[in-house]
Amino acid sequence: MNDLAGARPEQPFDILVDGRAVPVLPGQTIGAALHAAGIRAWRTTRFGGRPRGLFCGIGVCFDCLVSVNGAPEQRACLLQARPGDEVRT
Amino acid sequence: MADVIVIGAGAVGAACAYYAARAGLDVTVVDRGPVAGGTTGAGEGNVLVSDKEPGPELDLALLSNRLWRELAEVADFEYEPKGGLVVAETPEVLARLEELAGKQGVEHTRVTDLRDYEPHLAPGLAGGVHYPQDAQVQPMLAAARLLKAARERYGSLRLRTGVTVTGVLTSSGRVTGVRTTEGDILGGAVVNAAGTWGGEIARMAGVELPILPRRGFILVTEPLREPLVRHKVYTAAYVTNVASDSAGLETSAVVEGTPAGTVLIGASRERVGFDRTVSLPVLRRLAAQAVALFPALRDVRAIRAYCGFRPYCPDHLPVIGEDPRLPGLHHACGHEGAGIGLAPATGHLLAQVLSGERPDLDLTPFDPGRFS
Amino acid sequence: MSAYDLAVVGGGPAGVAGALTAAQAGLRVALLDAAPRLGGQYFRRLPETFHATREAALHHGLDRFLRQSRALRSLADVLLEHRVWAVERHGGLGDFVVHAVAGDREERPVTVRASALLIATGAHDRPLPFPGWDLPGVLTAGGAQALLKGNLVVAGRRVVVAGTGPFPLPVAAGLARAGARVVEVLEANGPLGLARHPALAASKLGEAAGYALALARHRVPYRARQAVVAAHGDGELTHVTVGRLDRDWRVVATRTVECDTLAVGYGFVPQVELAVQAGCAMGHDLDGSPVVSVDAAQRTSVAGVYAAGEPTGVGGAELAEVEGRIAGHAAAADLRSAVHLAAEPPGTAVHRPAEPPGTPAHWAAGPAGLAVPEPLLRRRARLRAFAQALHRAYPVRPGWRDWLTPATLVCRCEEVPYEAVREAMDLGATDARSVKLLARPGMGWCQGRMCGYAVACLAGELPQAPRRPIAQPITLGSLERMTDDPS
Repeated sequence: MNDLAGARPEQPFDILVDGRAVPVLPGQTIGAALHAAGIRAWRTTRFGGRPRGLFCGIGVCFDCLVSVNGAPEQRACLLQARPGDEVRT
Repeated sequence: MADVIVIGAGAVGAACAYYAARAGLDVTVVDRGPVAGGTTGAGEGNVLVSDKEPGPELDLALLSNRLWRELAEVADFEYEPKGGLVVAETPEVLARLEELAGKQGVEHTRVTDLRDYEPHLAPGLAGGVHYPQDAQVQPMLAAARLLKAARERYGSLRLRTGVTVTGVLTSSGRVTGVRTTEGDILGGAVVNAAGTWGGEIARMAGVELPILPRRGFILVTEPLREPLVRHKVYTAAYVTNVASDSAGLETSAVVEGTPAGTVLIGASRERVGFDRTVSLPVLRRLAAQAVALFPALRDVRAIRAYCGFRPYCPDHLPVIGEDPRLPGLHHACGHEGAGIGLAPATGHLLAQVLSGERPDLDLTPFDPGRFS
Repeated sequence: MSAYDLAVVGGGPAGVAGALTAAQAGLRVALLDAAPRLGGQYFRRLPETFHATREAALHHGLDRFLRQSRALRSLADVLLEHRVWAVERHGGLGDFVVHAVAGDREERPVTVRASALLIATGAHDRPLPFPGWDLPGVLTAGGAQALLKGNLVVAGRRVVVAGTGPFPLPVAAGLARAGARVVEVLEANGPLGLARHPALAASKLGEAAGYALALARHRVPYRARQAVVAAHGDGELTHVTVGRLDRDWRVVATRTVECDTLAVGYGFVPQVELAVQAGCAMGHDLDGSPVVSVDAAQRTSVAGVYAAGEPTGVGGAELAEVEGRIAGHAAAADLRSAVHLAAEPPGTAVHRPAEPPGTPAHWAAGPAGLAVPEPLLRRRARLRAFAQALHRAYPVRPGWRDWLTPATLVCRCEEVPYEAVREAMDLGATDARSVKLLARPGMGWCQGRMCGYAVACLAGELPQAPRRPIAQPITLGSLERMTDDPS
C-alpha cells in the first residue's frame, strides 16, 4: 500500500496501549495505529458498557476516546502518536 | 368544556394540571410549543430550600420539597435528594451563613471540614452549611411525566401542544375560556402558567402582571466517569444575587453533577430582555468561578452552554392565586429561578383554590393584585 | 483596529481558495484550521514523515490544491491545529473575534481579530442509525477515507461499502486499490442516479469513470436498491444484513454478508455552527441540511461575514473552491469600498437598487457591481446545478426508519434507543429539541452531530440550524484564560 502513494515512512516506533506495545509509523494518529494493529474496540460506553472504536475518524463523533499519558478523553483519531505515549482505554 | 384550562406545559403548568386532575377536575393543558420547551427546559432542576430567606417563599419551598418527594413515588424523573452545600470563603461570611440557617429553621449542618462533603473543593475555604433537603430533578422529564401520570391515573387531562393562546374569553366580567390558533377552548377557570411569558397572557385578559425576563447562562461539561461534585455546591454570593435588584450582570458559582455524568455550572443573572445572543464574557466568568471552587475542573472540557429566561417580579415572589380583577383567571407564574422547586406547592395550593378549598398556606403574599 | 482584514475558518478547498484570493488582492489574511495539515476532509494529507512521492494517487485534483496551499503560505498567516470554538461580532460592524484553542495536547486559548470573516468549515458524514451501527468495525465512509488518505491504513480486510450518492464510489475504489477486499458496494437509491442527468453528469464523467473502472478491475459488485440494514458481531463486526429495498427504502428481502468492516454514508452534514453563532440567516438545502444563506457574492446576511463550500450547501470540492474564490474577491472588494465610503464626506448619497423586503442591505441585487470574474460565477452556477441534481438523484428515503428496532441506539453518545425517542414524543415532545430535552439524544459528546439528522426525521421535521455556543470542546481552564486581545 505504501506503493500506492510512493510512501517511504520513517522508522516505526511503539506506543504502549494498556501495557501492550503497538507499532506506529511516525505521523499516524493513535486511532489509526490501533486500527492498523487490529485493535478495533477500545472504549466501553458509560451506561451500556458497549464496545467502541473508530467511527467518524475525523474528530466529530467522540467514540474513539482514550486516555493519553494521563490526560483523559482524548480523540484517538485526531491525536498524532508520539514515542513514549502511554494510552489507556 | 373543561373545568380548568392551564396555559403552559412547563413544570408549574404540569404541577397545576396534575393536582387539579387529582382533585377531580377536568383539565386541558395548552402550550404553544412542546412540553417543557420554555424556561423549564433551560434550567438545572433545582429543588432548594437553602437559598430562601425566612418568609412566605421559604414556606412554599418547604411544602414543595415534601411534595416533590411524594411525586417521585408517582413518576420517574430522576429525583435526586443530593443535598446542598453552601460554602463561605471567609469566617465572616460563614458566620452570616450560619445566622441565616438559624433563622430559616431548616434542617442543616454546619460544616468545618468541607472536604468530608466535597473532596475536590479548593483548599482555604472557611467552611459551609449543608442542607440535606436540597434536591434536584430532571425538570423536563418531571413536567412530562407528571402530565402523563395525571392522564393515566385520573383520566381527566388533555394535553394540547403546538396550540397558541391568542386571547382570553370573558363573559359578564368572568373568564370563560381562551381563544387559540386551533379555535376557542371553553373552561370554567383559566390558569396562567406561562412562566416568563405570563405577563403577555395577563395582558390578553386585560390585567397587568409585572413579570420580566432575567437571563441566565449554564455551562455544561463533558460527562465524567467518576463524579467530581456530589452535592449542589454554591457560594454565599448566590443567595444575595438571587434577591438582588440589580439590572447588570451578576454571577456566582453554582456547581453540581448530574446522573448523566456532566457537571452543570451556573449561575448568571442579567436583564437584557429576551436576547439569546451568547455572551462569552459570561461563560468565561462562570468557568473562572467554577474552577476557583473546584480546581480539578480546570482540565475538564465544556461542551455546551445554554441560556434561559427566568420570570421575575419586582418583589421576587411568584404570583399564585385567582386574580381579584378578573374572576376565573388564576395565575401560577413569576417564580424566577425557583420555578421547578416551587412547582408542586404552587400546583397543590392552586388546585385547592380551584376546588373551593382553603389552601394549606396563606396565599396573600403571592396575590396577583398586589402590584396594583 | 483589527489585526487582519480577513479571518478564514477552515483549510479545505473553499478556505484555501478564499484566503488565497483575498491575500492576492492585498488583504491581510489569517486562516485557521483544526488539522495539522491543510486540506480539510477532501484533501486530507499524509504526514510529511511518510515522504510520499505519489500522494496524488490517493486524491482527485491534489496538485492544484497543493499549489494554492504553497502560494497561500507565502501570502497569509496559516494557523494550523487551531480549533475554532466561537466567533463573536465585537465592537461594531466589521470587527470580528475568532476564538480558538491551539495545540493538540497542551491546549492554549488563542484569539484572532479581523474585519471580515469567511466561514469555510466543510462538512462531515451523515450517518443513519440501524441495528448494530455502533459496533466497532462500522465506520463512516469518510472515516474509512481518512484512515487511508491521512494514515495509509486500510480500514479492513473484507469491506462492505454502503450508503447513497457519489461518495461511496471513491471510498470503495480507494480501499480496493489499497488492497482491501471490497465485497460489495451498496447504493440505497435506484441504479440510474446520475445517468438521468446525462448533460450534468458529463463534466464529472471522467472522475466517475475512473472509480467505476477501479471497481471493475477489482471485481467489486455495485448493487442498487440495497443497503446494510443491520450489523452483527460479538463485540466487533463479523457480518451484516443486507436488505433489498423498495423505492422508499423499506426492506423487501434480506441476505447475510460476512465482512469485518462496513463503511457507510448517507450524504453530509454541513458544519454551520459558527455561522449560527455569528447570527447569519439560515435556510435548507435540497437534502434537508440547514445551510447558510448567501447572496451572489457568498455574503451571508451579516455584513462582513462570508461563507463558502459545504456550509452553503453540499456540492463537493470543485464547487467549494469556486465559492471560496468568489468570497475572496467579494471580501476584498467590500473592504476596499468600506474604506472608500468611510473616507467620503458625511451626507454623501448612496443609491441602492430596490431589493425584496427582508433582504439584508449589503446584499447586492446582482453581481454587476462586484469585482468577481464572470467565468467564476458561471462555473459556480453549473456546479451548483450539478450538486442539486445529485441531491435529487440520491435522497434519503423515509423507509430507513423501519430498519430500527426499539432497542436500536439512535444517539450513540448518550446511548438513547429508538424506543426512548418514541416515548419522548408520546410524552409531548413535538420537535427534535424537545425530544432531546426529554430523552437526551444529542446531549452528549458529539452534540448531535451524528444523530441530529435522524432525530429530526424521527421527530417529523427538517433538521434545524444547530445552536452550539461552544463549537468545539474547550477546557474550563482555557475558557477562563480566554482573552479578547489578539495573540
